[in-house]
Amino acid sequence: MSSRDKILAKIAQNQPEFSALPDLKGLGNVYESPAQQFKTILEGIGGKVIEFSDWSEIKAFVHEHFDSNARITSTLPELADIAELDWVDNDPHTLENVDFTIIRGHLGVAENSAIWITESLLKQRVSAFIPQYLAIVLEANSLVSSMHEAYTQIGMEEYGFATFLAGPSKTADIEQSLVLGAHGARGLTVFLKV
Amino acid sequence: MESKVLEHSKASEVFNKDKERVGWHDETLWFVRSKRDKAAHNIPDWELLRSTASNIKHNVLSNMHDYLVEFEKNALANGVHVHWAADAEEHNKIVHGIIAKHGVTRMVKSKSMLTEECHLNDYLAKNGVEVIDTDLGERIVQLRDEPPSHIVLPAIHLKKEDVGETFHIHLGTEKGNKDPQYLTEAARHHLRETFLTRKIALTGVNFAVAQTGEFVVCTNEGNADMGAHLADVHIACMGFEKLIPRREHLGVFLRLLARSATGQPITTYSSHFKKPREGQEMHIVIVDNGRSTQLGREDFRNSLKCIRCGACMNTCPVYRRSGGHSYHNAVAGPIGSILAPNLDMRKNADLPFASTLCGSCSNVCPVKIDIHDQLYKWRQVIVKEGYATTSKKLGMGAMTFTLSNPAIYQTGGKVGRWFMRNIPFVVNNGLNPWFKNREMPEPPKESFREWYLNNKKS
Ligand code: SF4
Repeated sequence: MSSRDKILAKIAQNQPEFSALPDLKGLGNVYESPAQQFKTILEGIGGKVIEFSDWSEIKAFVHEHFDSNARITSTLPELADIAELDWVDNDPHTLENVDFTIIRGHLGVAENSAIWITESLLKQRVSAFIPQYLAIVLEANSLVSSMHEAYTQIGMEEYGFATFLAGPSKTADIEQSLVLGAHGARGLTVFLKV
Repeated sequence: MESKVLEHSKASEVFNKDKERVGWHDETLWFVRSKRDKAAHNIPDWELLRSTASNIKHNVLSNMHDYLVEFEKNALANGVHVHWAADAEEHNKIVHGIIAKHGVTRMVKSKSMLTEECHLNDYLAKNGVEVIDTDLGERIVQLRDEPPSHIVLPAIHLKKEDVGETFHIHLGTEKGNKDPQYLTEAARHHLRETFLTRKIALTGVNFAVAQTGEFVVCTNEGNADMGAHLADVHIACMGFEKLIPRREHLGVFLRLLARSATGQPITTYSSHFKKPREGQEMHIVIVDNGRSTQLGREDFRNSLKCIRCGACMNTCPVYRRSGGHSYHNAVAGPIGSILAPNLDMRKNADLPFASTLCGSCSNVCPVKIDIHDQLYKWRQVIVKEGYATTSKKLGMGAMTFTLSNPAIYQTGGKVGRWFMRNIPFVVNNGLNPWFKNREMPEPPKESFREWYLNNKKS
């Protein structure tokens, strides 16, 4: 008998009597202003929220924070004049020296400021992790209150990879001192389109 | 590990030699515990969330066979290779087989307590494969040739001076520089180079979804993602109890995990891996290693609900004052003490006694495992099976632990001394120094004293 069959047989023999799944009704807060909650939480974990209505505002942000030889990548055609867009089919290792990446997110969760991003928006899975700094463009009306609402929206959506991303990469492994920028992006800016 | 293990009580005596450090360790973990409390209190539906999570896990235990078959079917359809390992040795062989097939001798790994349980690194080293752990805490202890002392905070027993010295020796940082920012930056550079040059990445699994065949890996650092998305081969190893039924259940567990672990609203990255990326190969290794036996032990099966948040360790007065290494098991603390005897009852007979049965662990557990009840029940099993008598004085092990560890037990001051002079084994009486300034847990069903009186004859 293979290990698989042995393991499964023993489990079948040892598992307790069937117990039904609970339902998920009644779980999750509903926030009056998801945007406010989202902002408070994200700032609490080291991220930043900037509301914008015109793409020129993002461009101005980039000019202000990065000098002309910084490598800036994006997936947004709206930002073609300030960022590379033609990296998406390259070997992911070539993103190693990216300073700033601007991508889109599907939805944001107010209770924990996590942003849902699937492979279709990342283009390269590593694109949200490898740059020194990351920005995510989010529609203000895509904010939901809780993780439960988020998963209801996600439903059975098909993807190869997806992530909930909340704030910059961090660690507190040295004497519980919080340091931003462990292995992923050192900073996260969320551009909230209003 | 072949070397002789020190009983928990002896090992904690060693740990307690440095009083200042013990006090610091205690306070640091209590600080993490307080952050957890704050995060929990910010969620009005916290208790409902806990009981829902516990009930979902109960359903999983009761339907494990079918969920595993469903998970396997879906993962295969997603283009993922699925392997099954009956024990640690088979797990290690499978992983090595994949590495060998690709003709590679170096691998990056993100945190996986399962691979610690299986001693994978040692096995691979013996077979000529170099493994670099990429979680900062794990990398620190790996450079020091130590095991992690905590499942979430692997280097919690070390001070920044220790890390500075370790990095100075191994990574060439300035001598004497102990600034966490500086040291983290040094590790970032060192590990970035590693991520960019390794062809195989191994990760753990936090949750595996039967309905979709996907699995979720949670990190704050981004190391699992950096490894997996840059490697040609991704190996994910999981104990079979990581299964959850449906994708929507992730909402429940992701809300609980980080809040319970560190008081964060969620980990920075909760990555859902469903299919290999184009050109990549993805493997899942499903491991039993005693879990199916534990599933059959009615009194102990709930331990398989554990989501490895570490909250029971952070709150445990014994863990905080004896350190993770004194448990001589990959998973330390209260949960480790109920998992370990299942793996090896003789070797781990001391662990269920490394507790005051105060119940604080059960109170914080996000999946409501009756941890202190199980510790109590293990004591009975261990005494009955004769492991207590062969191991010297273990019949009185509970008392031995407290009495031989005055440094742990006696926090000093009048109350502590009074306590030591009188009845050191009565637990929940408000005079126990463990409880000073602590949230009072529910009392255990049978007091320590009752247990002692009932069992000392056997
Ligand atoms: S037993 Fe509960 S509290 Fe302890 S690590 Fe597991 S889930 Fe967390």
